[in-house]
Amino acid sequence: MKAPSFAYAKPRSLEEAFDLLERPGAKILAGGQSLVPSLNMRLSSPELLVDITGISSLAGIQVGRTFRIGALVTHAQIERSAEIRKQVPLLAEAAAHIAHPAIRNRGTLGGSLALADPAAEYPACALALNATLVLLGRKGERRVPAGSFFKGLFETDLRTGELLAAVEFPRVERSAFLELARRQGDYAIIGLAGVADGSGRRIAFLGAGATPVLAKGASAASSLEQALKALGNDIDPPADLYHSSATKLHLAKVLLSRAWNTLSKPH
Amino acid sequence: MGKAELPLHAPGTQLDKGYIGQSVPRANAQRLLQGRGSFTDDLIFPRLAHVAFFRSPYAHARVKRLDFKRALRSPGVIGVFDGRAVAEYCKPWMGVLAHLKGIRSPEQHAIAIERACWQGEAVAAVVAESRGQAEDAVGLIEADWEELPAVVDMDEALAGKVVIHPELGDNICFKREHDTGGVDEAFAKADVVVEETYNFGRHTGVCIEGRAILADYNAGEHSLTVYHATQAPHMMQDIFSRHLGIPEANVRVIAKDVGGSYGIKVHVYADEMATAALSVMLRRPVKFVADRLESFLSDIHAREHKVKVRLACTKEGEILAFDLDDLTAIGPYSVYPRTSGIEGNQVVNLTGGPYKHQKYRAKMNVVFTNKNVTCQYRAVGHPIAVALTEAIVDRAALELKMDPAELRRRNLIPDDAYPYTFPSGIKFEKLSHHRTLDKLLELMDYKSLRAQQADFRKKGVTRGIGLAAMIEVTNPSPAFYGVGGARISAQDGATLRFEPTGMVTVLCGVTEQGQGTEGIFAQIAASAVGVTVDKVRVITGDTGVTPYGGGTWASRGAGIGGEAVLLAGRALRSNILDVAAVVLKMDKAELDIVKNEVVNRLTLEAKLPLAELGRIAHFRPDTLPVDFQSELTVTRSYTPRQYAFTFSNGIQASYVEVDPETGFVKLLKHWCVEDAGTVINPMLVDEQIRGGVVQGIGAALYEECLYGPDGQLLNGNMADYLVPMSSEMPDIVCAHIETPTKQSQLGAKGVGEAGTAGAPGAVMNAINDALAPLGARVTAMPFTPERILVALRKI
Repeated sequence: MKAPSFAYAKPRSLEEAFDLLERPGAKILAGGQSLVPSLNMRLSSPELLVDITGISSLAGIQVGRTFRIGALVTHAQIERSAEIRKQVPLLAEAAAHIAHPAIRNRGTLGGSLALADPAAEYPACALALNATLVLLGRKGERRVPAGSFFKGLFETDLRTGELLAAVEFPRVERSAFLELARRQGDYAIIGLAGVADGSGRRIAFLGAGATPVLAKGASAASSLEQALKALGNDIDPPADLYHSSATKLHLAKVLLSRAWNTLSKPH
Repeated sequence: MGKAELPLHAPGTQLDKGYIGQSVPRANAQRLLQGRGSFTDDLIFPRLAHVAFFRSPYAHARVKRLDFKRALRSPGVIGVFDGRAVAEYCKPWMGVLAHLKGIRSPEQHAIAIERACWQGEAVAAVVAESRGQAEDAVGLIEADWEELPAVVDMDEALAGKVVIHPELGDNICFKREHDTGGVDEAFAKADVVVEETYNFGRHTGVCIEGRAILADYNAGEHSLTVYHATQAPHMMQDIFSRHLGIPEANVRVIAKDVGGSYGIKVHVYADEMATAALSVMLRRPVKFVADRLESFLSDIHAREHKVKVRLACTKEGEILAFDLDDLTAIGPYSVYPRTSGIEGNQVVNLTGGPYKHQKYRAKMNVVFTNKNVTCQYRAVGHPIAVALTEAIVDRAALELKMDPAELRRRNLIPDDAYPYTFPSGIKFEKLSHHRTLDKLLELMDYKSLRAQQADFRKKGVTRGIGLAAMIEVTNPSPAFYGVGGARISAQDGATLRFEPTGMVTVLCGVTEQGQGTEGIFAQIAASAVGVTVDKVRVITGDTGVTPYGGGTWASRGAGIGGEAVLLAGRALRSNILDVAAVVLKMDKAELDIVKNEVVNRLTLEAKLPLAELGRIAHFRPDTLPVDFQSELTVTRSYTPRQYAFTFSNGIQASYVEVDPETGFVKLLKHWCVEDAGTVINPMLVDEQIRGGVVQGIGAALYEECLYGPDGQLLNGNMADYLVPMSSEMPDIVCAHIETPTKQSQLGAKGVGEAGTAGAPGAVMNAINDALAPLGARVTAMPFTPERILVALRKI
């Protein structure tokens, strides 16, 4: 299929972008790895695509007290960053699971989080890491924790006229990222993004609900046995085309068992 | 930059016996890899119009009203047409053949009239200046639908509470029964009887290039030129001619580069017929290229069988009888012109095929449903017949506590028993089951692998080994289609033309789909004439140019087209030597052609370069005797006559690891030993086998067209329909036994479908071998993690 016709604009500054985003039917285009296919399948028909890839303040990785990763940083950049691999290894591990190299070369962190596909890797990572999403609008900046950002299926706290500028991640060296996909690069049937530090464990699941889901009970459990029991209350994964809810819960438990030691060994 | 040259032959190649049996790189590979392929969609014509179809959103519905008013006003729209308008120009068809006794199907139109019978069936067409504009207008068509009850499940179709085509009385398209007699007696006296029911998912062939057609009607001469991604240009020429009412000679079908076919591009598609009709109606070129989403909805699907099979054997492991009951669903129409009855028919013909039992009974029902149509896809029926045969044989081995390789050895038809008539009535010229089995066991080091498997089991690692012996229909005679009244050529012709510079042009009715047909024709022609392969150019896929032929299907390209090239090549060599004898004033018997030179046959002394011979014959025939005429263009044809089909045979093995916690299957390795007769190009044969194995693995593990209870296709896209991908594929080791067919001089039996035929059964047996110690067994393809977990009682 061919995309319906649309207008295209590439702003050079945030101010220009905010102007454009006020126009009716405007939609942000970043890496285009989800949006362009949806246009071609006529699942989406925006009137104006606002290409934000020319806005340099949305790019780059800044290392300070936290890790601030610009919305335009690609999956491939995250995968290859030595700093990220060392200090937020969960992200680097997760990036390797995202689709295929061609997609990782163009797809962006901000695009993935703003789309909020519950089966995607970054939303679950952001949740497990308790990341802070930096949202910019004409009225200024809002800082939203990942736990409040994901509102529902493909639904976020982003308001009309706002864009996701960057994400701040804490340094967490101990982490586990596991997912089960029938083919390398597919959306996972179910996946686990877990971290552990002095304050405890945070284990999130992807493919387990309308949003990434934090498994609070399992995270707080003191033994694997308890955790497995708690997981049944934490998540109620929706069936997909090939797997029932019960199968997905079973597979989530398998992942939890496999991640448990990594997330539990003493410092 | 220097000119990139392909090597004439692979390192290590021996050319003493010509190019047959040598891994010669094919000439078209470099062109395709440089992006210089030319596919139907690459063509640009003045006044080219584009068509997009308005397709039924329902599995079964009456079209009460179609309103084109808004669509007609949309920018760029040339016309919007319903089924009645197109039917004025295109006669309907019926997918039945006389030799499939009792097969029935309703008439099918290029665009459905009044009623849609599957989700995705086109009920209107929009022609516009661009495809995007046509799609815009499709979105503006208004339709009132009356939903009708949809028959989705094949058991319900057979029960017939709801009848899809009331004029037929029930939902049965075709049924067949076969009985040698003595089956009940064999089961009564058997020591061991095993029975199991196997389910095979509905899947499809996913070509890199989607279906594509550009039809260009010229009112000035009442002619139609169709650029078509097809496997069978002459069959399509005949069909366009008869259904559009244009004399056959005025219809030319040209298959440019074709990006994969697998049987998908050998059928008549309503939307393609409509495209050709629209070109006639509008008197201008019209193009249709199926996009990926409509490919899933409208390219033929295949398989979807439920088969109950019983096997009787003695306690020594002698198989006495097979008893089969196959149910298969084909969608609402039998596909024209090959019918959708062939796959089930093949299951009946081929089940139990490698073995020497004498008693066989089969029952088969082909039913209509409200899903997309199914028809012949790579290996037609073989994957079903092989998998269920080999699975029930393994089930018997389990019961007998006998090694599966040993049970096969005891039952495979002996290599010296040919010619042999199988209980289903099919005849084998010469097969080599025992030699292929021996070679396979040696190749995979079967004993060590079994020992390794046992060691792994002790460590809690669940691995399994599966074998699948197979027979494969190749090189069909007219018995496949022609005798049933189908106008599908069983013969193919080849023309070889000797050019003035000493080059040879080959024109052949068999087509190139990306598998290397043109490459092997060049090898055969070069060997037959005596020129080097760089002197040969091959042209295929143009009814206006090549000799008549059937095209590419049923593993017939090498065996039939290749034989025609060989015969023509030998005749041309003789004719060239006639010229040489006159020029050199020598006896023809003293001369031969070696590496582009006429030589003395005994001394190999160079006598005359072919380029010089070509110059004289074409430009200076005045220097030759006045009564001499050179004949440097030769055409020969070939049809297999002695046997209805040439059968090839082979055996595959799969080694897998099953994760009992996740139900995931890891493919560790795959082997195939195949007897395809004469191997023309080992590299291409091995790649054909590997590609086929991968498609068979797709059936076993990944691919299934999932339909909801309302007949909606749930996974018609590349994200949800899982084709096998390279990351998950194992190394595939190929080896060959060569038993040339004596029906032809070339001896090639064909190999295009062997990989697909055997792989699903081998993988199925390997998974069940792994699961056996855990008390689990799976019988429904594809073997998803969930199906394996359910079998393991984990969920």
